[in-house]
Amino acid sequence: MTSAPSPPATSTPRATSRGGAFDDGQPVQGQHLLQVDHLSVEFATDAGTVHAVRDVSWHLDAGETLAVLGESGSGKSVSAQAVMGILDVPPARITSGAIRFQGRDLLSMPVDEQRALRGEQIAMVFQDALSSLNPVFTVGAQIAEMYRVHRGTSKREAMGMAAELMDRVNIPSARDRVKDYPHQFSGGMRQRVMIAMALALDPAVLIADEPTTALDVTVQAQIMDLLLDLQRQNGMGIVLITHDLGVVAEVADRIAVMYAGSIVETGGIEQVFTRPAHPYTDGLMSSVPRVDQIGSRLSPILGSPPSLSAIPPGCSFHPRCPRAEAVCAVEAPALREVAGGRRSACHFAEDVLGG
Amino acid sequence: MARYIARRLLLAIPVLLGASFIVFALVYALPGDPIRALSGDRPLSPAVQAELRDRYNLDDPLVVQYGKYVGNLVQGDLGIDFRGRPVSDTIGQRLPVTTKLAATALVIEAVAGLAAGVLAGIRRNGYLDNLVLVSTTMLVAIPVLVIGFTVQYYVGVRLGWFPISGITAGWQSYVLPGFVLAAGSLAYVARLMRTSLVESMRNDYVRTARAKGLPERTVIGKHAVRNSLIPVVTFLGADFGTLMSGAIITEGIFNLPGLGGAVFTAVRQQEGALVVGITTFFVFVYIFFNLLVDVLYAALDPRIRYE
Amino acid sequence: MSSPTSGRGAERDDQDAAPQAGASSSTGVSTGSGSGAAVVAASGGAVDQAGLWGDVWRQLRRSPQFLFGATVVAVFVVMAAVPQLFTRTDPRACNLARSRQQPSSEAWFGYDVQGCDYYANVIYGARASISIGLLVVLGGLLIGLTLGAVAGYRGGWIDILIARVTDVFFGLPLILGAILVLQAFTSRGILLVSFALAILSWMVPMRLVRSSVVALRDSDYVLAARALGANDRRIVLRHVLPNSLAPVLVYSTISIGVVISAEAALSFLGIGLQLPAISWGLMIGNAQNFLRTSPFLLWFPGAFLTLTVLAFISLGDALRDALDPKLR
Repeated sequence: MTSAPSPPATSTPRATSRGGAFDDGQPVQGQHLLQVDHLSVEFATDAGTVHAVRDVSWHLDAGETLAVLGESGSGKSVSAQAVMGILDVPPARITSGAIRFQGRDLLSMPVDEQRALRGEQIAMVFQDALSSLNPVFTVGAQIAEMYRVHRGTSKREAMGMAAELMDRVNIPSARDRVKDYPHQFSGGMRQRVMIAMALALDPAVLIADEPTTALDVTVQAQIMDLLLDLQRQNGMGIVLITHDLGVVAEVADRIAVMYAGSIVETGGIEQVFTRPAHPYTDGLMSSVPRVDQIGSRLSPILGSPPSLSAIPPGCSFHPRCPRAEAVCAVEAPALREVAGGRRSACHFAEDVLGG
Repeated sequence: MARYIARRLLLAIPVLLGASFIVFALVYALPGDPIRALSGDRPLSPAVQAELRDRYNLDDPLVVQYGKYVGNLVQGDLGIDFRGRPVSDTIGQRLPVTTKLAATALVIEAVAGLAAGVLAGIRRNGYLDNLVLVSTTMLVAIPVLVIGFTVQYYVGVRLGWFPISGITAGWQSYVLPGFVLAAGSLAYVARLMRTSLVESMRNDYVRTARAKGLPERTVIGKHAVRNSLIPVVTFLGADFGTLMSGAIITEGIFNLPGLGGAVFTAVRQQEGALVVGITTFFVFVYIFFNLLVDVLYAALDPRIRYE
Repeated sequence: MSSPTSGRGAERDDQDAAPQAGASSSTGVSTGSGSGAAVVAASGGAVDQAGLWGDVWRQLRRSPQFLFGATVVAVFVVMAAVPQLFTRTDPRACNLARSRQQPSSEAWFGYDVQGCDYYANVIYGARASISIGLLVVLGGLLIGLTLGAVAGYRGGWIDILIARVTDVFFGLPLILGAILVLQAFTSRGILLVSFALAILSWMVPMRLVRSSVVALRDSDYVLAARALGANDRRIVLRHVLPNSLAPVLVYSTISIGVVISAEAALSFLGIGLQLPAISWGLMIGNAQNFLRTSPFLLWFPGAFLTLTVLAFISLGDALRDALDPKLR
């Protein structure tokens, strides 16, 4: 599940100089920059209704990085796409919830206003840059498009600004490469192009959906460093969606762990990593291979995640949970505060915390 | 890009040679009598026959015959008809009509086909989509022969909107035959465009375009359509060659004095040299347009250009 | 579109049908693992075939396209084989006095220019079309199958050679090529016309068979058959070819419609079948001059021709939908 070269338990605590809240629950100024409240998304398929996102709530403040961690099929990408407003609405349906950006609910806004925010204030970067960039237009044109459409900039000026952006994301010979096509770049460079495109208008929020999963480990590190750098420069909030514990450890301030479409734990990164408050998170941490445990067996979480069209009753994790008891199969635990700024959706969260 | 074009040109040469050989073999090497092919049922005196044999090298071994045939071809000599006119003259004279007809058909099939395809693709599975699907299936299946006469009768004779014969009425003469010639291809273009558009709307870069906050009409109209046009435009390019050679039936039905009509009459009058000469010309045009399409494809899709 | 199976046209059917190669290879491979492979190989892969065709049949039965196509094709095949079932009149018993008489209760389709019963002629016309359609497609299939199997199985230089030859033949539009062949002959019957069309119709079957063969030649059950000592010819005939047939079947069915259309075009032009042969194309050609006065001379053979072509194409489309693994 993770390709981290270093064990997460020994990562250094985040510096506070970036500002913003450390742990959830206590915003510094009034409302959060981005707040998702009780969001639920369903898909209508031939095989029945798929509950991709179930009552999910998280928030993000300026200058901080929230990691949304989960396996494939946990609903993390769908919730991000719902925030961006790019879900395919016939099969998908947002059945409840609100998504508040700077206090305003995106879901109840008229479509035009929503679209105005997209790209300008909230931007997104995707996993596979090769398929996410249009192969028949030059990278310069695609970046410049942001300026031309949102700001009405002239073609010439926009291309110039695109070159500058490419430079800012450390693409060598940016001015020459502006006229090149996506397939002419390496994976890492393409991802930088995507990042440049997303940051063109200085958005307040950047959602990065598995930005480094398709890249080599060394390139991964470069891209993550780039993202942090850019965040330092313009103070934007980053929602980092990933399944990679190692990446999370290096980069995130807070974490929200998702399982089977809902959030099972949230908290500050170091606390969640060193003392998880949910059996699933606990299992994840234990399953990571550790440098200081060479030679001992790995301990994976037994079983596999449920199909999102057939979620077990009660707690969705109970079939695989080593601590499961009778109540777990009957009553679904709510996401509740269990310690300062930490939440967990487990009937026995305190026990997990303790031992 | 230049390398790509050069390579394609080089590859086309063996195809041209091969095609000319097949044409040659079909005409001169089959058990039929080439003299009969050239003269029809006209009784010929031995002297004339001897002259013909000499002119067309019929007494030489096949290989030599072929060599001389290719030699003539390269010089543009496609033989002479029975009035002594070089076939190439006839081609030159009649080519404009066929070209205009093929061009009209191309415009019709491009405009109507693209429009129908885009509309069907955008409203996938809607009423419009099903309508386009059903009507194109029918259009493709009904033989050109039947479409031709049906259109000629109902629109030309009954409604009298457009002329049904000859080219005396200027551009209007080309409307009905142009539509008939385009019918089958139009249906194909519509289906191809639809499928292509649906495919490209499923791509990730469309999702990215939406995430950039672009208006929907830009997302579809610029990003999706531009990609989906590639197979359609390349088909249209190749189709021009097909249309040129396919005009035979249409020109026969509407009595147009083009190359197809020339073949039509030549067959009836058993003017073998004209039939063979014009057909050879058509084959080469067809191969030429296929070559053109390969180049066009590279121009449209940057990924191909750098191979 | 009077050169329907030429170059691009053939390629597009190729592309449409090509996914089927994946279908046949997946059915082949699915039975090939483990010790079952030897048993299946010995029985010629027959065990799995029953399952595939059973599914196909069930889906076909429910498809309106198939029902329409199959029924109409069946009717026309019977009409071609036993025209007497449909009419007692002799199509060649003509009386000039009745020339071009309108349809009536005695003569449902009226009389043609020579005064022959038109209904009888149209019925008898089915024979030429159906026979030529079947002959051409079978002929093209035979050539294509042989070349495709050899090219696919052997690979190497022979594959390249056959590929080049195929490219060259693709450069010849169907009608034009047929004209070239036919204009050298004084008397043209069904066999000659079929030959002329067949030598221009083998290319797409060749490509389809070749791609199937290439996909299958390294599959488990072929290896098992080899291990059991089967020689190349036996392997190809009994194991590889049966699984390659599905995409070719679809294309061939649609082809029949296209060929029938082409034959009518050739006969209309005067370079296909000749009198005294009875062909819809000939009838249409003769009717051309009487379009204003006696349009029925055109409509009856035209309608029959259209129905036949439509039926074969519908049948082919239905088969394609039934055999496409993505739609199941």
